[in-house]
Amino acid sequence: MTDAFEPEIVAFCCHYCAYTAADMAGSKRISYPPNVKIIRVPCTGKVDAIHIMRAFEKGADGVYVAGCLEGDCHFKTGNIRAAHRVRRVQALLEEIGMEGGRVEMITMSAGMGERFAQTAREFTEKIRALGPSPIRDAIRQSGRRAAG
Amino acid sequence: MITAVRKSIEEIIACVSPYDRILLVGCNECVSVCSVGGRKEVALLSSALHMHFLKQGKTMDIREMTLERQCDPEYVEELVNYMDGADAVLSMACGCGVQTIAARYREKPVFPAVNTTFMGASERQGVWSERCQGCGDCVLGITGGICPIARCSKRLMNGPCGGSTKGKCEIDANIDCAWQLIWDRLKALGLEKRIEDIMEAKDWRTSRDGGPRTITREDLAS
Repeated sequence: MTDAFEPEIVAFCCHYCAYTAADMAGSKRISYPPNVKIIRVPCTGKVDAIHIMRAFEKGADGVYVAGCLEGDCHFKTGNIRAAHRVRRVQALLEEIGMEGGRVEMITMSAGMGERFAQTAREFTEKIRALGPSPIRDAIRQSGRRAAG
Repeated sequence: MITAVRKSIEEIIACVSPYDRILLVGCNECVSVCSVGGRKEVALLSSALHMHFLKQGKTMDIREMTLERQCDPEYVEELVNYMDGADAVLSMACGCGVQTIAARYREKPVFPAVNTTFMGASERQGVWSERCQGCGDCVLGITGGICPIARCSKRLMNGPCGGSTKGKCEIDANIDCAWQLIWDRLKALGLEKRIEDIMEAKDWRTSRDGGPRTITREDLAS
């Protein structure tokens, strides 16, 4: 019997909007998939391309960066910069033969608890459809080789 | 600064795939400023290569180092303790850095991870443009601070040519006509009469035409 695939997803959420939206989802008892592991950042502008790459290197199947709505960034343009970096990582992933769609930029306001939950559900399903990251499989196999 | 662009991952992989242990060396100077070969880019390339080889079932040992200045033997010496643990060196510096490593560590293959492009200036965030070709005999003092060698497509010393239209160059509508810029600048400085002075044929021996160049400062050289 094969293990059912449960995606591991890392979500970099800005303190002022997306993280607060996640809080809002919790307060409103709106459930979202436990596959999504949140990392709170002061602003999505703080998320560098290497942070996203490291998440994939460590076996994440998908990563999204969730920031404020365009024009509403607490630090003015942090979310715009983050969106550029996400595009850069998408291109880099494609260069090494991985799906660029495994990383995405998402925006929402602090009050959008429902959107946070919906986004988490949709992204989880999208990654489930893409299947496990080849890196995750490779890490597991190299672990087996080392153990064997 | 010296500007560069990263080579395709495919080309880099083709260079390093025969090896198991790579020393990936960045530079904190020009290539760091033009966001192609500094510490961050070294980490990104290392991560991408690591994942690529992991997918192939190979664990590539990549050690990351970013030197203060890769074109200076003093800093390149810092790699000495890491060379035994590397089968090859992958440099993210300009061609000067790559060659400084190759000259010091003759027994190690060295590969460039970037294409060195031009001497340029930053126009705005993320945009760099060619500004100097190192001709060895600067004329900026008589051309209003705009270089006809680096910025005129024909390197005309007495322009503009007939291909100048509405301030743009005939080769590309996005490229300013250097001689239009020179004229505008001279006019702003009240020096428009200078445009009528004929510049004599330039002595290109001070440029690359004189062969590879060396500067020796007697007061500094030992």
